[in-house]
Amino acid sequence: MLRFLVRRVLGAIVILLLISAVTYFLFFALPADPAALSCGKNCNPQTLALIRKNLGLDEPVPVQYWQYMIGIFLGRNMTIGHCSAPCFGYSFASQQPVWSTLMNRYPTTVTLAAMGALIFLVIGVGLGLISAARQGTAFDKIASAVSLTGQSVQIYFIGPLAIYLFADTLGWLSRGHDPDWTHDPVGSITGMILPAMVMSVIFWSNYSRQTRSLMVEQLSEDHVRTARAKGMTSRYVFMRYALRGAMGPIITIFGMDLSSVFGGAIITEYTFGLHGLGQLAVSAVTQTDLPLEMGVMLFGAAAIVIANIIVDACYAVIDPRIRLS
Amino acid sequence: MSSSTQATAGNDQIPEGPSADTAAVPLEIIGRSPRQLAWLRFKRDRTGVICAGIVGAFILIAIFAPLICALYGKNPYTLYGQNDNLLNSYGMPIKPNGGIDSNHWFGIEPGLGRDIFALLMYGIRTSLGISLCVTILSVALGVLVGLIQGYVGRKTDYFLGRLTDLMMSFPQQLFFIAFTPVVIALFVKPTEQEPTYIRFFALVLVQFFLGWMSVSRLVRSQVLSLREREFVEAAQLTGASTWRIVSKELLPNIGSTILVQTTLLLPVNVTTEAGLSYLGVGMQDPTPDWGLMFQKAAEYYQSDITYMFFPGIAMLIFVVAFNLLGDSVRDALDPKTIR
Repeated sequence: MLRFLVRRVLGAIVILLLISAVTYFLFFALPADPAALSCGKNCNPQTLALIRKNLGLDEPVPVQYWQYMIGIFLGRNMTIGHCSAPCFGYSFASQQPVWSTLMNRYPTTVTLAAMGALIFLVIGVGLGLISAARQGTAFDKIASAVSLTGQSVQIYFIGPLAIYLFADTLGWLSRGHDPDWTHDPVGSITGMILPAMVMSVIFWSNYSRQTRSLMVEQLSEDHVRTARAKGMTSRYVFMRYALRGAMGPIITIFGMDLSSVFGGAIITEYTFGLHGLGQLAVSAVTQTDLPLEMGVMLFGAAAIVIANIIVDACYAVIDPRIRLS
Repeated sequence: MSSSTQATAGNDQIPEGPSADTAAVPLEIIGRSPRQLAWLRFKRDRTGVICAGIVGAFILIAIFAPLICALYGKNPYTLYGQNDNLLNSYGMPIKPNGGIDSNHWFGIEPGLGRDIFALLMYGIRTSLGISLCVTILSVALGVLVGLIQGYVGRKTDYFLGRLTDLMMSFPQQLFFIAFTPVVIALFVKPTEQEPTYIRFFALVLVQFFLGWMSVSRLVRSQVLSLREREFVEAAQLTGASTWRIVSKELLPNIGSTILVQTTLLLPVNVTTEAGLSYLGVGMQDPTPDWGLMFQKAAEYYQSDITYMFFPGIAMLIFVVAFNLLGDSVRDALDPKTIR
């Protein structure tokens, strides 16, 4: 297990380094002048020269990248002042260190993504399990219709409708607000219910369909039939034998979906006016705040890669064959 | 799913077809190509045919949007609400239900007062145009990379495979958001006014950059198994050129995969493009765009929820129809798959 984890972590580090390099070079090495880009529409030569100096744009791009990476691991001295260890530079717009902005914003996105994932796993897998147990019944058909519709709606369509219906008209749920885990843990959860529910809808169908077909497949396996023949109850066979076989592929699908979950979180944050990483990315782009964009990109990529390792580790725990290969 | 049961039912009926024919016309067995069989299966699948009709209607709307709007007598740029005093002092439509009447079928937009029907027709045109370009380019590159990986193999396969892995681990949505302005800045100086086609081009390029990997993986795995098959070995033995093997032996066999992947990719690309415009980094006003309609509607949903329903339900119908069509196409092309 340890060897497996070490191998995965090393691979992840390589991937992250490559992503950072590609992103950096795309941002800063394209013929478009990043200084002019960050300067915006009302730009004068003084600010342009200042930005160029602050960014170190007089250096060749590989040197700039090297300094950037040194900054992330060791910290670096910048024109604004010293920037300690995880240094992603300073935001053009707010002059704040990028790292502290990221630290302020990430709890919202993580809470939203985690709650959303929990909800869609419970609902999706649950619908799939019941459909598999009651194949061909009305429930099966309704569940597949519901999840098909869920897959086809868009967060930016149902989000405002959900706020209008559940928050403004019925008043059942909060319109959604940023979590504050240290001061208000209960409010952090209740404030996220509506956004997380809305985000989860688009993921239901994939999981319910996959779970259903995997369970149907598992239920016709020999070991399941043997278990039935030994006289075990159907419920026990269903939950202990068939479900365990179906879990592995579902976890793999979940790992592949993490990036989409993050993408869904961006649109959900924007729709519900939450201040997370997605909303930060959008505002960084509209303000052409390059260091902030770069920081969010890398942070997001790292989060997805780390989450993927955790998912792989879970898979290895459930299915020992993975560890040995 | 109902469509899968229909498809298996259709599959069972296939062998009866020729036997019924031979009963009517003795001594003559009708040979059908796999393509004809697939077409027959597809025609029997009522859901698939209806969805194909809906998808076709959307494509016709995209192509003929100017004609439709000319017949309707409105265009998506004129501020009807302001010119004809259809908005109150808060910028909301005076008539109930978002200002729907015989003149403006889907009502008028709050604020600017443009005609929603005309906006939607042109919006579908923009979004579908971008997504179609993205899909065609992604599938083409995906097939190319997959073929090279699968057929050449060895180190080429390894390096292209790692490249695919790298591209897949990019946070997609973030990448699209961050790089659309960068690509635009490539062509337009920040001080200049950018032409609309540059933005169109930038959106296509950015989405295409991260759009081809799923296709290339599928094609690679199919080619890997196909090239071990006897007919490919036979072609190699007879001295067929690589081009001939690829175009005559491999491509026809992965054709169905490519078709199914295309029908699955297109709605995803449409919703991604609309999402980018919704976030404010895609197409910009006054260019009509499906996603921009959502952005506008989200601003006014508390006072005028009607606006939201037109782009929303249109997109829901479009995506549902496309997904069901994809399922039907898959069932028709490969009846063995049981979902």
